Amino acid sequence: MFLLLPSANLIVSLLGISLTVLFTLLLVFIIVPAIFGVSFGIRKLYLKTLLKIFAWATSRMERGAKENHHQLYKPYTNGIIAKDPTSLEEEIKESRRSGSSKALDNTPEFELSDIFYFCRKGMETIMDDEVTKRFSAEELESWNLLSRTNYTFHYISLRLTVLWGLGVLIRYCFLLPLRIALAFTGISLLVVRTTMVGSLPNGRFKEFLSKHVHLMCYRICVRALTAIITYHDRKNRPRDGGICVANHTSPIDVIILASDGYYAMVGQVHGGLMGVIQRAMVKACPHVWFERSGVKDRHLVARRLTEHVQDKSKLPILIFPEGTCINNTSVMMFKKGSFEIGATVYPVAIKYDPQFGDAFYNSSKYGMMPYLLRMMTSGPIVCSVWYLPPMTRQAEEDAVQFANRVKSAIARQGGLVDLLWDGGLKREKVKDTFKEEQQKLYSKMIVGNHEDRSRS
Amino acid sequence: MGSRASTLLRDEELEEIKKETGSASGFLLHELGEDNYQNSLSHPSTREVSHSQITRLYSRFTSLDKGENGTLSREDFQRIPELAINPLGDRIINAFFPEGEDQVNFRGFMRTLAHFRPIEDNEKSKDVNGPEPLNSRSNKLHFAFRLYDLDKDDKISRDELLQVLRMMVGVNISDEQLGSIADRTIQEADQDGDSAISFTEFVKVLEKVDVEQKMSIRFLH
Repeated sequence: MFLLLPSANLIVSLLGISLTVLFTLLLVFIIVPAIFGVSFGIRKLYLKTLLKIFAWATSRMERGAKENHHQLYKPYTNGIIAKDPTSLEEEIKESRRSGSSKALDNTPEFELSDIFYFCRKGMETIMDDEVTKRFSAEELESWNLLSRTNYTFHYISLRLTVLWGLGVLIRYCFLLPLRIALAFTGISLLVVRTTMVGSLPNGRFKEFLSKHVHLMCYRICVRALTAIITYHDRKNRPRDGGICVANHTSPIDVIILASDGYYAMVGQVHGGLMGVIQRAMVKACPHVWFERSGVKDRHLVARRLTEHVQDKSKLPILIFPEGTCINNTSVMMFKKGSFEIGATVYPVAIKYDPQFGDAFYNSSKYGMMPYLLRMMTSGPIVCSVWYLPPMTRQAEEDAVQFANRVKSAIARQGGLVDLLWDGGLKREKVKDTFKEEQQKLYSKMIVGNHEDRSRS
Repeated sequence: MGSRASTLLRDEELEEIKKETGSASGFLLHELGEDNYQNSLSHPSTREVSHSQITRLYSRFTSLDKGENGTLSREDFQRIPELAINPLGDRIINAFFPEGEDQVNFRGFMRTLAHFRPIEDNEKSKDVNGPEPLNSRSNKLHFAFRLYDLDKDDKISRDELLQVLRMMVGVNISDEQLGSIADRTIQEADQDGDSAISFTEFVKVLEKVDVEQKMSIRFLH
């Protein structure tokens, strides 16, 4: 028992020293550059090393698979079946031509074979549909050394397992505490200083301070997540009095965009830690937080947005028109609210590189805290941000068409699939009106022919 | 978080699925074990293609299975938006569930989907003495026939045809018009005068239609 005392002292003092060293390192290498927006390039080095390791791991796995005559399972993101692109009209016309045993000019109204079209289409969607796969994480073609993405890459070789084990060690024991320390610093600084700034009287000084406080804290958070971001076309960055729209994959999008510019944000009210942060932020800067389910809130938001953009000196607004997180393989329907206001729209496309870490936030499966923890224990987050040229609503198009135009531009730039489906389908059922449209189309086909016949 | 392609299928189920769906290759070898995999190695390489097809379909099955209990319910199917807007969506979903049951396992899922395999796959594996494969022309027609035949009495009566037509056209056509369409269809097809369409009459009406092409789904890989 007495022998423990001096060694305990030794351990404690060692711990103290290492902590001090760690924090000094943190300060010098990470926080100070964050304040000034400078980078040492450590993260890029990390990235290059990881890429080399992945390439080696993949070749090793392929070799292992060949040796054992297995087939390496590769999930295909482009769909597994050949979908017939013919429409209802074409199909029915064709079946009338070939299947009918009557004279050619006597087009029948309804054929028993019409059912084949609906049947096949239904089966195709059961095997592979465009919508449901957007709400779960993208499957990777090759393993990225994280056990969470390991579906079928089973034990192949000792070296690979060792590498994976080493990765786990580094990620959990070295990177995780570092990241948590950084995140903690970043968030607490944000909360404390926005509250301080909030107590100042309104004016240019307050705005100036709030901008810089926000910027600095976001930069620290970016480093906390080891995010390596490439900004393209920075000359198109959103300007005052405009609205910035982007595709939504996770709450990290906010950090990524806001560390490169000053925005006023619009978003849903959250509880817990996010709520605390939101309440602090709104003291320093006029962000808009609302309840998604409140109808009155929506009108309020629309009104406030209109007021905000009419004042040209105000910060640009950042909004995610999809309304929910999508898994970064596609862009879903944009809600028309932000496109009705009549301000200049600055589209931004954000594309995460899935090889390094899946950033998709599946809110129906995980809460915010587990999600953040997952983010911090995985590799770096690599993404590209494209600032697209500003767009305004043309005279002849309405808000919905304008929204679709912006959506297509973002999808094209980011290499994402442009879908017309509503992101709300993640949680809700599809509206019956779509089915009714299909029924109407088919009715026209069998009744329309009837009219032709009665005329001739 | 994505779908798990590792199977939880037991060996007996595996064997049954192989026989029924006509794909004779093994599943993911790791789960099957070495013996079973060695068996599959002796089969011609054309079977290897369906190995990966089954893997993908199992992956799809698990991603639809939100309750994660190894079976699908009707709600799981209705969650697919493109299927929910299909006018015959409910009839198609019904085809998966055997009489009186509310859950379908992977084996049942594969059985139903097997009807849609392209017919030329069978050319490579002619088994004259075995049962007719699920994706033969006759079985494809039978599948479509069952979509019409609501009460499963092997006849499509006027009422059943009316109901299915009503599903397909919604509210856009009047009852009288729909009735006359149904009458005309039965009149043209009916040969034995019972005012209903039996399966043989159904086949006769559709003998010129390229059923193989219309009721087949091709895999990309």
